[in-house]
Amino acid sequence: MLKDLFNKKKKYATVPSDKIKQDVPEGIMTKCPGCKSIIYTKELEKSHKVCVRCGYHHQMSAPERLKNTLDKGSFKELDADMISENPLSFPDYVERLEKDQKKSSLNEAVVTGEGTIDGHRTAIAVMDARFRMGSMGSVVGEKITRAIEHADKEKIPFIIFTASGGARMQEGVLSLMQMAKTSVALKRFSDHGGLFISIMTHPTTGGVSASFASVGDFNFAEPKALIGFAGRRIIEQTIREDLPEDFQTAEFLLHHGQLDRVIHRADMKKTLSKVLMIHGNRGER
Amino acid sequence: MAQRLDFERPLQELEDKITELNAFMEEKNVDLTDEVSRLQKRLSKMEEEIYENLTAWNRVQLARHPERPTTYDYIDRIFQDFLELHGDRLFGDDEAIVGGIATFEGKPVTVIGHQRGKDTKENLRRNFGMPHPEGYRKALRLMKQAEKFNRPVVFLLDTKGAFPGKAAEERGQSEAIARNLIEMAGLTVPIICIVIGEGASGGALAIGVGNHVHMLENSWYSVISPEGAAALLWKDSGLAQQAADTMKITAPDLKELNVIDEIIPEVKGGAHRNIEVQAKSIQQALSKSLEELTQLTKEELVEHRYEKYRNIGQYTFVTDTIGLK
Repeated sequence: MLKDLFNKKKKYATVPSDKIKQDVPEGIMTKCPGCKSIIYTKELEKSHKVCVRCGYHHQMSAPERLKNTLDKGSFKELDADMISENPLSFPDYVERLEKDQKKSSLNEAVVTGEGTIDGHRTAIAVMDARFRMGSMGSVVGEKITRAIEHADKEKIPFIIFTASGGARMQEGVLSLMQMAKTSVALKRFSDHGGLFISIMTHPTTGGVSASFASVGDFNFAEPKALIGFAGRRIIEQTIREDLPEDFQTAEFLLHHGQLDRVIHRADMKKTLSKVLMIHGNRGER
Repeated sequence: MAQRLDFERPLQELEDKITELNAFMEEKNVDLTDEVSRLQKRLSKMEEEIYENLTAWNRVQLARHPERPTTYDYIDRIFQDFLELHGDRLFGDDEAIVGGIATFEGKPVTVIGHQRGKDTKENLRRNFGMPHPEGYRKALRLMKQAEKFNRPVVFLLDTKGAFPGKAAEERGQSEAIARNLIEMAGLTVPIICIVIGEGASGGALAIGVGNHVHMLENSWYSVISPEGAAALLWKDSGLAQQAADTMKITAPDLKELNVIDEIIPEVKGGAHRNIEVQAKSIQQALSKSLEELTQLTKEELVEHRYEKYRNIGQYTFVTDTIGLK
């Protein structure tokens, strides 16, 4: 079309992720998406997977997160053996699940259980973006709900680290209803005086952002994490204007009053510990 | 005469032919009644065939019919004494969601729904029925008011989704939806939700957590629109018809998946063919639900909603042959 000739919008070039992998020797070195420098993987792991040069928070797997957050050896997993069905008989869904199970060594996109943080008991759920982009289907909804119910029963706090592209398409309306399921459980937990801390990590979008992630008694996030309801591309197409560079980042949300704090990963455990300490000293409810 | 959809074209052709023959009979004074009644028989048979075998996509088309009744159309016919109330007391008044107090069969209720426009001008004002956070917060304010005065809440769902825009994100679209889910979970009055047209994603669910959830026969309700699903899953929004089928989004599908309670039958050919009759059948479903739910105590209502949503979902456990552990 004629107007395309005058379209000044930049066409961004994307580097296929396979190519990045080829550039860097598998395992030993990691390329930082933030500053493009090559870092020893071991060095990165020592610094909580935060780039020492630019502060970029590299994605963490659920097991890494648990190790980084809980006291050593304190984690007891719940419902590790729960796996998805294919309720809509969606083509290729089962194959994709199996592929991600192999890739991530996890049965689903969330790991739940309980452990201690500096001795404070807490229920915890950690989403893992390597598994179907951390999307929420029936199993993710059910495991989170059970973790909340566990916290309720044991009268301990509930902490979640979110990392999710949103609802899982392959389970259709059942995925949508997991937003309601986790909400009824959280409401009951809250009515019983339960403490809920939500920590949004990169990325937290769609149906997960629009349910439990946004309604913590404390809403925290990691620096630069992408957090939002609708996708950036969809918004740009809808409103036909360019969006600010920091749009839908943790800092953007903090600025707009949606978060209590943005917390560097190195400070995460001690911040959670402080909240649990103050909470624990509140006296009988 | 209602605007016809593509799958209704054979009916249209036959109807045109009958009209033509009738006109011809009158004009030329010849008797063609046999021929006309033969065609009429064929027409009703064809109608039956088409309307009783609607595909998922046909239902999506009906749900989007330009003349499909909206929230206001039903409020006018089902409720009395409707008094619209505006604003969220925080930012503004979002006209993509309307609500207020009314009486239903003599009893006070609060009614809230998504509101599309009937023409382009109204659609611009109402943002095509796609709410901003202030719309959801208005709904929240009105449902909390209803709770205070012990009025049941009726929600009418009809949206293509929460609005994906810059301002919506700045004002916390996610939080507005999430907050409503939590508050609806704990509301101590009966909540009845009826999907009257399109029910897309969190934008619909944000006023959709009820004790009873009903759907009109030709409405759809899912995690995403068929176009969105096709674009996300197969990188081609042109495959929307296929997605409508695969995603299981129709009222019968949701009944089968145990997500909804009742399918409210539609007038043959769709709700727009006879709004009065359609309103009547919605009223009947509502009346039945209210009668049932007003028997429950506050605690029982919350418990009832908890159980309803607690049990949605399908999962299994690792056996030797599947899964990792």
